[in-house]
Amino acid sequence: MRILVNDEQRDVTNTTLATILNELGYGGARIATAVNGTFIPASQRDTVTIIEGASLEVLAPMQGG
Amino acid sequence: MEFYGTQLSSRLMLGTAQYDSPALLAQSVEASGASVVTVSLRREAAGAQAGQAFWSLVKSLGVHILPNTAGCHGVREAVTTAHMAREVFGTDWVKLEIIGQGDLLQPDVFGLVEATRILTEDGFKVFPYTTEDLVTAERLLKAGAEVLMPWGAPIGSGRGLNNVFGLRALRAHFPNTPMVIDAGIGRPSHAAMAFELGFDAVLINTAVAKAGNPVRMGEAFRLACEAGLAGYAAQPIEERDMAVPSTPTLGLARGLAVE
Repeated sequence: MRILVNDEQRDVTNTTLATILNELGYGGARIATAVNGTFIPASQRDTVTIIEGASLEVLAPMQGG
Repeated sequence: MEFYGTQLSSRLMLGTAQYDSPALLAQSVEASGASVVTVSLRREAAGAQAGQAFWSLVKSLGVHILPNTAGCHGVREAVTTAHMAREVFGTDWVKLEIIGQGDLLQPDVFGLVEATRILTEDGFKVFPYTTEDLVTAERLLKAGAEVLMPWGAPIGSGRGLNNVFGLRALRAHFPNTPMVIDAGIGRPSHAAMAFELGFDAVLINTAVAKAGNPVRMGEAFRLACEAGLAGYAAQPIEERDMAVPSTPTLGLARGLAVE
């Protein structure tokens, strides 16, 4: 299915957030996620199902003022 | 000094953005003696290592971490970002920024109050980036903030303390609330002045990161903070409109030729 990852279209075969993150290459990275604008804690990634057209936000640490 | 029950060894807080290299950032933090650094979150492509490398660097600095919500323009966006930052950085501290006006990066104080209330109820310890407005400060404290971060001047402007009268009034109205002058400080003397006015800490980024010599500027800010704090503790004299001779006039020679 096709989803948006940080506003870029990506085709994925998995359906849970955790497996999709692994499929995309984020496995083990220190990241935070939101699906369709809603924060999804890491503890819930295994149980959240992603559907066609979903928008996934993946954020990582960055310099800030 | 403490924020939300956490004792801090230094009253200088340093932003981590705009340094030419990670090494320069680390050296500047050390030279400044900062006890807190601010950090942020950004999108990262799969496989990219920038965020992970930055996280390793921040951990190695051995200072407290204050994540921000920089770039947020609405309450929901800021609240979501705060939750994501709490998970990534492992702290319930958040520097809450909601920008309401682009040219001056002026805080949206209405959204700020609402987001402070929501995040406080969610267990966050909120450091709201605000103006010197007294009513806004009152609302933020009622919403649950225990620390305020009034601006000195617009972010990155280096203008120092734009409204000394307003900042002095803010300090006087809330004498027991820890307050950090955040944004606009361009020179060490600006930081010293913030402490002379009775503020508890300063947060600096651009003034150090973009200085010709960031490490030396970090040290200069450390010294300025110490000087300003000591000056405040020593109780400065009141300003006067008219001159008062400092040399005793008693026994002054009289009758000498003026010309």
